[in-house]
Amino acid sequence: MNVKLILDIAKSLLLARWRQTLVAAIGVTFSIAMFITLLSFMTGLNDMLDGLILNRTPHVRLFNEVKPNPNQPINLSDEYKTHYNFIESVKSSGNSQEIYNNAAIMKALKEDERVLGLTPKITAQVLYNNGATDITGSVNGVEVETETKLFFFNNYVTSGKATDLKNVANSIILGKGVANKLLADIGDVVQVTTSKGELMSLKVVGFFQSGILEVDKVQSYASIGTTQKLMGKPNSYITDINIKLKDLSLAPALAKEYARLYDVDSEDIQTANSQFETGSTVRTIISYTVGITLLVVAGFGIYNILNMMIYEKMDSIAILKATGFSGKDVQRIFIAISLSIGFFGAFLGLIFGFLLTTVIDQIPFNPAALPTIKTFPIHYSPTFYIIGMVFSIITTYLAGFFPAQKASKIDPVVIIRGK
Amino acid sequence: MSEIVLQANNISKSFHDPITVKVLNDINFSITKGEFVSVIGKSGCGKSTLLYILSTMDTDYEGELLIDNQNMRNKKEGQLARVRSEKIGFVFQFHYLLNEFTVLKNVMLAGLKLGKYDAKEVEHRAMEKLKILGIESEAYKKANQLSGGQKQRVAIARALINDPLIIMGDEPTGNLDKKNSEMVFDIFKELSDVYNQTLLVVTHDQSFAGNTQRIIEMEDGRIISDEKAFIR
Repeated sequence: MNVKLILDIAKSLLLARWRQTLVAAIGVTFSIAMFITLLSFMTGLNDMLDGLILNRTPHVRLFNEVKPNPNQPINLSDEYKTHYNFIESVKSSGNSQEIYNNAAIMKALKEDERVLGLTPKITAQVLYNNGATDITGSVNGVEVETETKLFFFNNYVTSGKATDLKNVANSIILGKGVANKLLADIGDVVQVTTSKGELMSLKVVGFFQSGILEVDKVQSYASIGTTQKLMGKPNSYITDINIKLKDLSLAPALAKEYARLYDVDSEDIQTANSQFETGSTVRTIISYTVGITLLVVAGFGIYNILNMMIYEKMDSIAILKATGFSGKDVQRIFIAISLSIGFFGAFLGLIFGFLLTTVIDQIPFNPAALPTIKTFPIHYSPTFYIIGMVFSIITTYLAGFFPAQKASKIDPVVIIRGK
Repeated sequence: MSEIVLQANNISKSFHDPITVKVLNDINFSITKGEFVSVIGKSGCGKSTLLYILSTMDTDYEGELLIDNQNMRNKKEGQLARVRSEKIGFVFQFHYLLNEFTVLKNVMLAGLKLGKYDAKEVEHRAMEKLKILGIESEAYKKANQLSGGQKQRVAIARALINDPLIIMGDEPTGNLDKKNSEMVFDIFKELSDVYNQTLLVVTHDQSFAGNTQRIIEMEDGRIISDEKAFIR
């Protein structure tokens, strides 16, 4: 009853000053619309830039690093256990990057609940032969199907078909930069030499463009089998296992676990790409800051308008108090006014924000490095809309609170006797 | 002995700014149900100040104020608002109607706030009050479309909505011409005679006061005479 009455009075006061109300609401609408647009656009860009690296980065990578053995014989000797042992000129032991027993490891990983999928990989250092000069580079041996499923391989193959790697024997997909240097076209045959001196002719079936020029200048892709042949290794030879997890945040823990379990080296995505995380965080903070600043400015607008309204409505407040409305009731009336400006302003703002983002989503944007991007990237997330609404209600509540406090303290005697 | 509606015991008040001035000095009197009392005195004698203390809106005083045998001291702001809503009706010199609302709604507001009856019943009662005052035809007009005399009648209807124990008036005819003043007086008289409504009116209109049942005269913050007019 009381609530209904208070809302009724608030509504009448609002409508009586609808022009001011409109200006205040437009302030909120504008800031919320910008807030939504900014966040959606920024997050869209973030996703795109992260995708550039993170999509193609395994969450956990298992490999064998060529490095000195940490367990040198002297450390194992009982006699010198309590001594400090200084060893100089330690050499790496063994030179195989192969993951031993990889078939069993992959079988076990496939059955792991936390693993979304995995794909084996071989990295071979090669020289592309181009007449008299050689260009250094590397060939990645991949399983096309799983690579496409987990790391969107086919998105980056700009010409030719990714599946041809599997279907055409002794085929290669060249990095765009490499292809430009070799003047190679699809259907041409290129010669590569491995670090061991073996020479092989490979047929070009496509071009690969990652969006990162440095990568495209050196990398090429071939099937696992072709790469094994190229390196003269048996068909059990694998140098990397790339794992994609169901939950990205588990990567550091699982990387350690697998390293211990399978006696290999491991690297998780967070360690490998920490700088991207930082960039995203900073961009997100900037968008939130700008959005909230806009809202605070709108809040001051509401504060001013309510203050003015209170000065204008001094008489009304006095008579309401004289006829039995308490200070609390008066305060509630003005807070209701402020909150309804906030609520309706924000509601419209969310709609306008959504419309604006859909418009931006249609604007053509063709970055040379990103063949899959055709328009400006927008990230649609209900979270932004909820945050926008909550923030606007908090801001308008605070903007209304202080004027309302003042209104509740108005002494009706002073007003009425002053006439 | 009829019941006492309002009682003032030793009420004093001082203004402290800029220097301490005693505006009310030891006021004692009581009003019984059905009385039509006027308070007269020269400007600045403290009669309005007294009225606002009696109305519970001004709480800065010494002494005791009893309304309906309840002591108003030590009551919180919200409780006092409740007392005003339930027991006191006001008519001021200026009408103080809310221009955003219709006449009917203006009358209803205080009734809705009290919440004793539901909205429909309050509306019905508000209409009745307007009828008593002869302005039911204006009920759906906005408050600012009325003439001065009509506005004051709406203000009286508003004061009546919760069937208050006492109606207080602060110069209710101060802003009106002779014709309208007489009309307002006639309404008060009718309320007193027909409905046995208790009324306390502060005025400097001698002819108005002369026709009331009891005249309290004040000077320099004191009551100098308190006499019942002979009953006609």
